[in-house]
Amino acid sequence: MTDAADLRRRTAELLAAHPPATTAPLDFLRARFDAGLAWIHFPEGLGGLDAPRALQSVVDAELAAAGAPDNNPGRIGIGLGMAAPTLLRYGTDAQRRRFLRPLWTGEEVWCQLFSEPGAGSDLAALATRAVRTGSAGPEGAGDWVVDGQKVWTSGAHHARWAILIARTDPGLPKHQGITYFVCDMTDPGVDVRPLRQITGEAEFNEVFLTGVTIPDAHRLGEVGEGWRVAQTTLMNERVAIGGARTPREGGMIGVAAGAWRARPGLRTHDLHQRLLTLWVDAEVARLTGERLRQQLTKGQPGPEGSGMKLAFARLAQQISGWEVEFLAEEGLTYDDWTLRRPDGVDFTGREAGYRYLRAKGNSIEGGTSEVLLNIVAERVLGLPPEPRSDKDVAWKDLPR
Amino acid sequence: MTAPTPDPDLLYTEAEDDLRTAVRALLTDRCDPATVLAGLESATAYDAGLWRALGTDIGTAGLLVPEAFGGAGASAREAAVVLEELGRSVAPVPYLTSAVIAVTALLGCDGELPDVARLLTGLAEGRTVAVLALPLPTAPGGTYPSRVHADARGALSGRITSVADAAAAQILLVPADGPEGPALYAVDTTDAGVRYDPVTPLDLTRPLGHLTLEGAAGRPLATGERARAAVGQALLTGAGLLASEQLGIAEWCLAETVRHTTERKQFGRAVGSFQALKHRLAALWLDVASARAAARNAADALATDSPDAPVAVAVAQAYCAPVAVRAAEECIQLHGGIGMTWEHPAHLFLKRAKSDEIALGAPGRHRETLAELVALPAP
Repeated sequence: MTDAADLRRRTAELLAAHPPATTAPLDFLRARFDAGLAWIHFPEGLGGLDAPRALQSVVDAELAAAGAPDNNPGRIGIGLGMAAPTLLRYGTDAQRRRFLRPLWTGEEVWCQLFSEPGAGSDLAALATRAVRTGSAGPEGAGDWVVDGQKVWTSGAHHARWAILIARTDPGLPKHQGITYFVCDMTDPGVDVRPLRQITGEAEFNEVFLTGVTIPDAHRLGEVGEGWRVAQTTLMNERVAIGGARTPREGGMIGVAAGAWRARPGLRTHDLHQRLLTLWVDAEVARLTGERLRQQLTKGQPGPEGSGMKLAFARLAQQISGWEVEFLAEEGLTYDDWTLRRPDGVDFTGREAGYRYLRAKGNSIEGGTSEVLLNIVAERVLGLPPEPRSDKDVAWKDLPR
Repeated sequence: MTAPTPDPDLLYTEAEDDLRTAVRALLTDRCDPATVLAGLESATAYDAGLWRALGTDIGTAGLLVPEAFGGAGASAREAAVVLEELGRSVAPVPYLTSAVIAVTALLGCDGELPDVARLLTGLAEGRTVAVLALPLPTAPGGTYPSRVHADARGALSGRITSVADAAAAQILLVPADGPEGPALYAVDTTDAGVRYDPVTPLDLTRPLGHLTLEGAAGRPLATGERARAAVGQALLTGAGLLASEQLGIAEWCLAETVRHTTERKQFGRAVGSFQALKHRLAALWLDVASARAAARNAADALATDSPDAPVAVAVAQAYCAPVAVRAAEECIQLHGGIGMTWEHPAHLFLKRAKSDEIALGAPGRHRETLAELVALPAP
């Protein structure tokens, strides 16, 4: 069993063999991966040590103290949070060895080709088609040709690879005819166009797929099993969006509290009461996340995870809305409407107006709050599902 | 803030789970909603038989009392688990007032005093019930909350309104202004100088009344800073652990409402399958899960004597009190007509939740406290 002392020793060995001051950042990250200190809960040989995930903070703290470079997790969040756990669970050995190392080091950025203009909350209704060709690929099975349109694709313009779900059998009910792939974003049939958001910037894209070829070796899971594979991705997405560990007054509430302390001239009694309520809500959300992490550490995962994203979205929206109002005259202004292509998402970055507008996405991306409430109601509370008319009908026969 | 973020244990230990099992088994057996309902308008102020079984037989009365005085030497974490269960069954027993608040006040007094030791021993056994003689809404963190004057011989005079569970008590712990400032006295409820006037409470499961002291004989337990600290810690502990009772109330309301909406059919389907209801219940579930984290945090901070305890308690009270009220209100609404009847126990939980919201400081009071503690000053 790997314990904290063992991890400290391994970390010290890594730092001794590759001193951060004299090692190129990428070389250091590769060495860290090979030492099993990238994500210690992953298997040995794939950047981990099969160690308890809770001990990762031991490694991170030692490396940060030594001034080691990190892999800029904000830039590769989709790879780390969604593609990696899915590859780990459903990938073949060859796929895991090919993809996980450059994914973790940030050499290869990943994006997610899931949502479509006609398939948002009802993701399983997706219409992007993948058709197997007659010609045999290197693995023997036929390659796939993909046509369709994806939307709200963060970081597609930086991405080397995408996780993609596409319909492989329109004659089956919608959940059954889907297959999961790894898509090469450099394929000439991939056309990435910026999708400008209410913030003015284009963090997202729409992605047009026209005759994109995917070798069968880049299929993840069985043909027709894509919906099940995608659940792994989506559950991890919600953890990634709602589950970041924060200290007291970390995140958005810290910005608002800081503004309150710095600007006594703007204070009113009404804003004071609301700030205190938000402060309490933010502190309790932090504690709820902390409790969830303690449960995971003890191997007793609780259902709280399903709710964390709901709480996070509501708080981000309320706090940022409070802040714009608090800033009064300054709240009337906006820093910059220029169409920009940011590297990653920073929910607390830029100014209050940006934060307020960006937070609107928090209750939409990664599952709308309404869908998450359904999930909590049905899977946690066991309430009966709504009657469904679309579950047992072939996808091609659904009204649209 | 500049202080490092504390690192509380927010889970339940195995011993705490075992304690919960024992308390729940007893309450399921002796304190089901029908029993509580039947006892409501009887002449007895509280269920003495249940208190004996809970406090004495399974020993919960002495959880916070050190072993040297015959207690279990446990902590606020264990007492919090008992309170969760008591909240789940709106049990009419003086646990919060006697086994938590009065015991904590006594623990702040000089244990060498024979009176203090004797009282703690009696409380640990559940044989004695004592209450801190203060209005139930008194919040922690304020000035010394004395309504009573003590003369040099310890004769106490004054009026204290809305004291909870005094009807069940043999001993009153009375904060008073003595000849040398703040002081805490013990008074027998049978003393000729003590008058108790019951009031009709909103929450029939927690008796309420006014105390009038006219030259009642007080035995001094603590004076000055010691008395101030003892009363302050008692109120802080009471408020912090009340959050666990509120959690228990909310849990029952949620579970009962989920059960009802799963079984109740209208328009040809279970009403719980309609999104309009489902979303309300899912949102409530998240509030209850969050209340658990807040309540556990307060209990752990009190148990470990953390310097963060005042913040943890204020957060827990500001958060859990409204969650319990909302859970009870949703419970009644989503039960429809039956929820409005005396026969259905939902009203017991609403009345307890609404009273608990006022008890030991309403949420707004705790937010004001927090404003000072975390440096978010009012305009």
